[in-house]
Amino acid sequence: MAHFDPNARPFSKKWLNERLAVETLERVLSTEYWIPKNINFLWAMGMVLAATFGLLVISGIFLLMYYIPDTQKAFDSVNYTIMSQVGYGWLWRHIHGVAASVVFLIIYIHMFTGIYYGSYKKGREMIWISGMLLFVTFSGEAFAGYVLPWGQMSYWAGMVITNLFEGFSADFMGGALNFPGLVEWIRGDYVPGQAFIGRFFMLHVFLMPLVIIALIVLHFGALRIPHVNNQDGEEIDFEAEAEKWKAGHRKESKVIPFKPVFLSKDVFVLGIYFLFFFYLVFYHFEFAMDPVNFDPADGLKTPPHIYPEWYFLWSYEVLRAFSKNPGLVWFGFAQVIFFLLPFLDRSPNVAPASRRGPFKIWFWLLLIDMIGLTILGKLPPVGIFTPIGTTFAYIFIALWFALPFITKMEKPVGGK
Amino acid sequence: MKELKILAVVVFFTLVTYWGVEPYAHSQMHKHVEGHDFTYQDINASGVKGDPAKGKNLIAACAGCHGIKSQGMKAPMDAMGASAAYGVNPPDLSNAGAIFDEKFLIAFLQNPAHTAKAKPNFAMPPSAASAQDAADIVAYLKSIAPKEVSPKEAYVTACGRCHANSYGKWTQIGDIPKTKGNIKTGNDVALAQFKINVAKYQDKLADYMGKLPPDLKIIARARSKHYLETFVEDPQSHLPGTAMPRVGLTKEGFEKVYAYLESTGDPSKPLREKTGPIVLGFFLIFTLLAYGWYKSQWKGLK
Repeated sequence: MAHFDPNARPFSKKWLNERLAVETLERVLSTEYWIPKNINFLWAMGMVLAATFGLLVISGIFLLMYYIPDTQKAFDSVNYTIMSQVGYGWLWRHIHGVAASVVFLIIYIHMFTGIYYGSYKKGREMIWISGMLLFVTFSGEAFAGYVLPWGQMSYWAGMVITNLFEGFSADFMGGALNFPGLVEWIRGDYVPGQAFIGRFFMLHVFLMPLVIIALIVLHFGALRIPHVNNQDGEEIDFEAEAEKWKAGHRKESKVIPFKPVFLSKDVFVLGIYFLFFFYLVFYHFEFAMDPVNFDPADGLKTPPHIYPEWYFLWSYEVLRAFSKNPGLVWFGFAQVIFFLLPFLDRSPNVAPASRRGPFKIWFWLLLIDMIGLTILGKLPPVGIFTPIGTTFAYIFIALWFALPFITKMEKPVGGK
Repeated sequence: MKELKILAVVVFFTLVTYWGVEPYAHSQMHKHVEGHDFTYQDINASGVKGDPAKGKNLIAACAGCHGIKSQGMKAPMDAMGASAAYGVNPPDLSNAGAIFDEKFLIAFLQNPAHTAKAKPNFAMPPSAASAQDAADIVAYLKSIAPKEVSPKEAYVTACGRCHANSYGKWTQIGDIPKTKGNIKTGNDVALAQFKINVAKYQDKLADYMGKLPPDLKIIARARSKHYLETFVEDPQSHLPGTAMPRVGLTKEGFEKVYAYLESTGDPSKPLREKTGPIVLGFFLIFTLLAYGWYKSQWKGLK
């Protein structure tokens, strides 16, 4: 048994320390969790994401109290009960809908920040991989949630996406990769129906959030040992720099403690973010709540345009650019390729893309190409849009094949 | 400052993406229909002046099917009987003069199906022998029209016999009645009877229109105001071949109808507009305080 002071007052600091090591915990997790000083506001995106996830959970809890996962009642439980009968139910719903969309904007900014500054290599691979796992689970969570209001787009997006599980066409390899029964098995019916809504409801409110929370813990944990990267990709001796700080050489030290110094900047960035976020919630929510989904689900009436939410459009366009079989292959490629980034980048340099020669061009091309794919993914596949979309898809694939070669040739960059 | 430059880059790419997937993509997906402020330019003005007194004598032609409650004239058939006979319940005309366009009505009385751009089986027959008769009837309808028509009254007259609005508790045969169930059994026979009548009415209506016209409970969120405005002005402009007739609302009449659609489809709007500035004000103060904290913590660090 460890040392327990029999005279310690219950719930006093000492008593808690002996039982929960609260002060050690606080030191390790915040007051002596060292962050490089040389960072910009992009380093606050993790906190912004955590806050947005918090908003999603809290608003989701309120919505969960009134939502009914029933094909006959779901639409009205959302659009009537929550939107007009529950006090401020509309506010929770608008927060939930806007946050579900904005969270992906921040995820993409967070991802591209990591790519730009090379924050995925030299000991930071698990940060990147756990982050990508979060991206995938957030995508699943978003899709499952989109089904729940049971509007036209819920129904038809559910139809289209589950159809993907049919696999390759029946004439390919004698149908070995064709799984006609799988789609019905996933839906629990021939078309999206009661079983479908019940399953996606469970996934959305229980299983996926559970996995997401576990992955967030992993993501934070993965960060603790290799430490956060900085604007110059400089390798910092965190122990030595921390000693400087603790000795009072705050100006000379290259690090700052998470609490309160880093946190103070995070909270300021959060403030600006919340201004933007709640502006969207009150005055500009339509982008996150597609009008088509305010038409109740109707299995007999296909909407003229079926498209996923904006954050899936780039991979959707990769799928659409090809015929069925190669489309599936490249769609799968687009889903997993980001996971491999730490291993496809063969350069030892951890530096901002601007100092990495050809990688700089690669980075901006990837960003522009993915924005191009995103826009074309929503445009109807007619006329000039089709060849442009195909070209962007080819560029996307080519960029990833080129990455190992251009990074292999990269000259070493000296740290600043 | 470097951070502002980075912010500018982030904002730029975000806005480009937003522009591409929202305004631009939607402009490519939906054809643009120009509105004409309910002027009905394809209909020529008759040029004749109506006399309400003469119109009153001609109103019997209408009263064979339509009621005019404000004048104490009951409709000859109730909604159920009318739907069995015509497929749809003809509107009460008490408010007609207030919400429908005069020029439209004069043309409509002489040639209903054509003026409404409706199907040939349109239930209303030509009901005025001449432009003069039509103008007289319309003058009468205008003379009895109330000064103020509520949004719901406008909806009921113009849309409500084909379109339910369940969030407004409206069915095609009237408001959902307040009934009392039997506490011993939990049954509500009167309500069940009402629902059967609605179902019967809807069956007849679907036969008449080709399909059941949609419940407009939340159409204010599903379609833009511009879409609804141009659609009501001329349904064929958006959906060529649709069975929905052009109903001939005036601009003001449409605004009334839209106010009702918004009240059922987007009822949180007033509270949203009230709450928004308060929440944003809160976060503005939050941000200013956070900025002060940030500056104090980072003082002398660089």
